[in-house]
Amino acid sequence: MAQTITQKILARAANREFVKTGESVWLNVDILLTHDVCGPPTFDIFREKFGPDAKVWNPEKVVVLPDHYIFTENEHAKRNIDLLRKFAAEQNLPNYYDVGSERYKGVCHVALAEEGYNIPGTVLFGTDSHTCTSGAFGMFGTGIGNTDAAFILGTGKLWEKVPESMKFVFNGEMPDYLTAKDLILQILGDIGTDGATYRAMEFDGQAVYSLPVEERMTLTNMAIEAGGMNGIIAADSVTEAYVRERTDKPYEVFTSDPDAVYHSVYRYDASKLEPVVAMPHSPDNRATVRSVKGTRITKSYIGSCTGGKLSDFVMAARILKGSTVAIPTSIVPATSEVDASLDTEHYDGQPIRRILQDAGCIIGPPSCAACLGGPQDTFGRSEDDDLVVSTTNRNFPGRMGSKRAGVCLASPLTAAASALTGELTDPREFMR
Amino acid sequence: MESIIEGRAYVLGKNIDTDQIIPAEHLVYSLSDPEEVKLYGKYALSGVPPAEGGLPEGDIPFVEEGRFESDYAIIVAGPNFGCGSSREHAPFALQTAGAKAIVAESYARIFYRNCVDGGFVIPYETAEQLNRTVKTGDELRIDIDRNTITNRTRMTTYELKPLGDVFDIVKAGGIFAYARQENLMA
Repeated sequence: MAQTITQKILARAANREFVKTGESVWLNVDILLTHDVCGPPTFDIFREKFGPDAKVWNPEKVVVLPDHYIFTENEHAKRNIDLLRKFAAEQNLPNYYDVGSERYKGVCHVALAEEGYNIPGTVLFGTDSHTCTSGAFGMFGTGIGNTDAAFILGTGKLWEKVPESMKFVFNGEMPDYLTAKDLILQILGDIGTDGATYRAMEFDGQAVYSLPVEERMTLTNMAIEAGGMNGIIAADSVTEAYVRERTDKPYEVFTSDPDAVYHSVYRYDASKLEPVVAMPHSPDNRATVRSVKGTRITKSYIGSCTGGKLSDFVMAARILKGSTVAIPTSIVPATSEVDASLDTEHYDGQPIRRILQDAGCIIGPPSCAACLGGPQDTFGRSEDDDLVVSTTNRNFPGRMGSKRAGVCLASPLTAAASALTGELTDPREFMR
Repeated sequence: MESIIEGRAYVLGKNIDTDQIIPAEHLVYSLSDPEEVKLYGKYALSGVPPAEGGLPEGDIPFVEEGRFESDYAIIVAGPNFGCGSSREHAPFALQTAGAKAIVAESYARIFYRNCVDGGFVIPYETAEQLNRTVKTGDELRIDIDRNTITNRTRMTTYELKPLGDVFDIVKAGGIFAYARQENLMA
């Protein structure tokens, strides 16, 4: 029987040849990811259920990346870091990336890729809804809660319902003013925030495979915004080159059978799409940037697992070089590796960091920062009735801090162009 | 497990995300220290814009100012309840405030799993748009064996969708109890 790539990966993890959509199967987990917000309660449940002296099923397969509330004076947040550190020491976890050490990375979904944990054909569960990001590597990644994570810590297994798949095909060539963020916001506007609930979102087509790995991660990152269980892009030579630079672990590349059955198939011509935003307060509230041109905004924010990768800042630099922002503009590199790359990566003869600083942007340290609001002293947090243009993934009420603020989700090109004018601006107005 | 759930209704709209159920700034409290746990009850549903909480009138808080528990045991909502982040603090906060069940048109996957596997609140689905007919404060009664919900204030009864595969986990009280019962854990 024909299977989708998601079915094949789940079948492998269930030690089966074939799994049916809709059936619940027990999976062997390749990697469990957790962070500072959900790690401590997960560890509490683990000790309560498996005993105070219990050991995790496989220390090599547990990755702990503190990233949410790092640069804050909040006492409770600091305590959470202490709890991670203590658990990692007790359990001898080799893959703990401690705050304040040279190993500190930052945003977990980007760090997983950089550190070589994203491997085609594998199964990743994480205590964060954006764990679906890793699907850009032709693997299965999805978010879970603390109880499920504690169950995995003790057993290495978890049940999952095999999802139906939706296929999104982008044919044609990507224009240089269009980004992966525009593609996923396009889809969200078409299917809504529950349009893919409990399903896999498979991305395909010439335009998708023309994207570098980091941009592919933006596509899969926001599968959860449509309710998707996972987002997935089969690995190709671009993926394999990225993976091989970071790990020598063996892997298997899976692809969907040509006659695999899909819940639905959506086809787009990338060359005909244009920059879009999601207006407050829902990621599916799509509008072309042109149609909302002139909407006054108070802040611009470029960061997060969705929009804080090196490629995002290179795009921002393309727009910002030689100009000055009109509104406060926060830059938050997802990880310390991205942060360091701002000095070594150049655009038009200048380091990215210098371009951003010369334009008047403020650069914060790598973490999730204001993407989800966080403690009151969080860098870039929204205040009062701010209207923020942001490269992040969610614009629910109160998401970036202030309950009265609004967030417009956009690509780094649009966020940069809008920063220059103080109003929502189509990046084509500044493309050189 | 009890077979009847009774209590007053708290009515909400659609797409109630986890940032509205428990805003991110509150995720720092311990989920095991009893004093800090109370705070999850206090702030449950505190991110809902005031006018959209306690429908149809609105401006009714789920938990009154200065209290840690809610007067409402059953939440009635539209589609896509619990969308957004994976924070298990969300169903935990609702349970801590005193909620026993949610009746919504549909759920986001992670929130649904968390409700079931953590044994916090029972996530029922209905085909009816119950949040259009039930008013906040109505007395509701859920019959778990018969899969029905009765609005005792308005004397109407509706079918609940069967819990299906997950009913055994709900009945056991969560994934750990279920796994022990089925000999899935060593």
